[in-house]
Amino acid sequence: MPDTKPTNGFEPRIVAFFCNWCTYLAADLAGTSRLKYPPNVRVIRLMCSGRVDPQFVLEAFAQGADGVLIGGCHPGDCHYQEGNYKALRRFHLLKRIVKDMGIEEDRFRLEWISASEGERLRAVITDMVEKVRALGPWQSAVPQEEPVKEVAA
Amino acid sequence: MSNGNGSVRIGFYVCHCGTNIAGVVDVKTLAEWAASVPGVEVSRDYKYMCSDPGQELIQQDIRDHHLNRIVVASCSPHLHEHTFRTATAKGGLSPFYFQMVNIREHDSWVHKDKKAATEKAKDLVRAALKRVAFHEPLEKKQVPVRSDVLVVGGGIAGIHAALTLANSGKHVYLVEREATIGGHMAKFDKTFPTLDCAACILTPKMTAVRSHSNITLWTLSEVAEVGGFVGNYHVKVRRKPRYIVEEACVGCLECIEACVYKQAKVIDEFNLGLGKRKPIYIPFPQAVPQVVLIDPETCIEFKSGKCKKTCVEVCADRNAIDFKQQEEIKEIEVGTIIMATGFQTVDAARIPYYGYGAYPNVYTSLEVERLINASGPTGGEVILRDGKRPKAVGIVHCVGSRDENTNRWCSRVCCMYSLKLAHLIKEHTDAEVFNFYIDIRTPGKGFEEFYCKLLGEGVHFIRGRVAEVTDWALDPSEEGKLVIRVEDTLIGRVRRIPVDMVVLSVGLEPHADADEVRRLFNITCSTEGWFLERHPKLAPVNTFTDGIFLAGCCQGPKDIPDTVAQAGAAAAEALVLIDTGHVELEPNTAYVLEEECSGCKSCLSLCPYTAISFNEEKKKAEINEVLCKGCGVCVAACPSGSIQQHMFQDEQIFAEIEGVLAHA
Repeated sequence: MPDTKPTNGFEPRIVAFFCNWCTYLAADLAGTSRLKYPPNVRVIRLMCSGRVDPQFVLEAFAQGADGVLIGGCHPGDCHYQEGNYKALRRFHLLKRIVKDMGIEEDRFRLEWISASEGERLRAVITDMVEKVRALGPWQSAVPQEEPVKEVAA
Repeated sequence: MSNGNGSVRIGFYVCHCGTNIAGVVDVKTLAEWAASVPGVEVSRDYKYMCSDPGQELIQQDIRDHHLNRIVVASCSPHLHEHTFRTATAKGGLSPFYFQMVNIREHDSWVHKDKKAATEKAKDLVRAALKRVAFHEPLEKKQVPVRSDVLVVGGGIAGIHAALTLANSGKHVYLVEREATIGGHMAKFDKTFPTLDCAACILTPKMTAVRSHSNITLWTLSEVAEVGGFVGNYHVKVRRKPRYIVEEACVGCLECIEACVYKQAKVIDEFNLGLGKRKPIYIPFPQAVPQVVLIDPETCIEFKSGKCKKTCVEVCADRNAIDFKQQEEIKEIEVGTIIMATGFQTVDAARIPYYGYGAYPNVYTSLEVERLINASGPTGGEVILRDGKRPKAVGIVHCVGSRDENTNRWCSRVCCMYSLKLAHLIKEHTDAEVFNFYIDIRTPGKGFEEFYCKLLGEGVHFIRGRVAEVTDWALDPSEEGKLVIRVEDTLIGRVRRIPVDMVVLSVGLEPHADADEVRRLFNITCSTEGWFLERHPKLAPVNTFTDGIFLAGCCQGPKDIPDTVAQAGAAAAEALVLIDTGHVELEPNTAYVLEEECSGCKSCLSLCPYTAISFNEEKKKAEINEVLCKGCGVCVAACPSGSIQQHMFQDEQIFAEIEGVLAHA
């Protein structure tokens, strides 16, 4: 169940999966443009948003992420033609599961951010951090017994 | 720490990048903390890791401490991953035992809170330290590079790139949308600041293209489809019908003379509507190829089928005219592509208060180029539409540039071409010439000297953005004139300057279809719509798609010298690939764990490159490593987890997730 504790001083931790060609570069551009945004997001680089396995998202939430952000190229702009559409398809299915788990919608987002949209990257991250901060920490309803096997191997 | 292949011995390095990183992230603390992480044998901070001593540090540590994994926390992997992989390899390790952490672009440059930025850096480093344990030694794939090159666009950029490549012995396909090559430059009379004649420089290059045995020139053609990848692009080119057999036409132009239209009545596109042409025509006298074309919209034979076809009669046994010619698709295989698609000028009608389209004597700068040009519609006479010579001319700078309502950027060439036009108009008409400018920008070789020369010639310069061009006369001296209303910011007064002719110095902007073209070639655009270079300083002619290069104004406004220099650079980059003979591809391909594949086939339809096939005998999926581009879509989709991807293994990603979320 969502946490109801007061959110004073709470800083969310958000895991982001960015594609190598658009959103990761947008984050690079935000850097070279010296745009400022909250330091709550940790980026994991993948070649394509289509590589985001639903397990990555669930695992991030299970390990205590307060939010998960997937960033890909705009529709029609995918470096791999249509990987982002596949990401979108999976996102919609996964969103239902995530919702059923009691995770609020604002904690899980998919955004199209092109390599030239450093400003948009800043806006999306700022907005998401604010929303997740307002929601408070996410605490998994499932008790964590042991880490996922793949990691322990 | 262990990955099952013996113990992991990590060397960790954090770069200060001067103060770029160290000014925000506490690099000392980070290095001290990392030293305590299991598996880390060496942990150092250093001023510039990308410098030679920085790289040497890595190599020495690998030898001295028997390291088998390297992690560097510095800038974006798009900048220096290659550098550190090379250093790792020089130290005797597989370059793929390296992992990079981006704590500059993604951290120190975007955050102010030093404590939070250092914590973030720790999380990112922890992820990399966990991930790198699962790295595997990989071999880079080599694929051959075809030596043929496609150059898209036949302006000065495309021409120069094509000639450079052709002269070095490579075969070039030069594809141009219009009926002739030459682009915008062919429309100019003189070029700044040397005032040498544009045609004198350009036309020899144009004919060289036509006669070069290594260049296949296709005009009236557009790229329809692009497939494949660096070294091996398959391209389909759509050749629109010219209704003339190019090989049979000798360029005698007798058919134009013989056309049943005695007078030229059709609006001439090359002269921007200032002149007229016939339905059968050649764009301009020095057009390349020297081959006429027929405009089916206005030709009587196309409209009614009842023309006397005097053109065919006069062409006689040359038989060059073919009313039945059809569109044709050509398929070519090239290794590299150079984009030289140019720009369009801003439509001056978008700024209604300057009266373009409303007042006949308001011209764009490009129209005035044609008026001044000796082969233009007036034979080089600067005359108004009523045939009179203007006595006073106003040149309005920054039309569609540096303007929040149209385009925000400076188009770079307008100041200089406005000065050039001012000089030429004065020379041709002896009129009073007024320049209305925001700033005069002359940052080029010989540019400031040219500006000073103009000041000496008595050209007027009024500093202020023009508010309006109107024909509303307030006193008799303004009757029948166009009045330019402007605040002269140097004297702090609003002035009204009556003139006979207004020249709008229109800016440069990306082609209306630049976005479609970009998608066709799978390259990126900047927010403004210019094609995006890989790096503004380190890779200014490369794109994010390997093997596709940029030349000229499709990348951003630039003058002719810069365009030619860039075209040469693009050709050189293509030559690097061609002469190397092969490219190395990232070994990030997907592969099937055969014993685990259930043969469900759900991956088959996902691959956009048809790299996955089904082995009917084994009832297993198979991935063709050569076709796989490494997107990882199938990896994420496999329900049994039996597809994996080199460099992005599930266990590597899970290790990163665990790493970024583990509490310090």
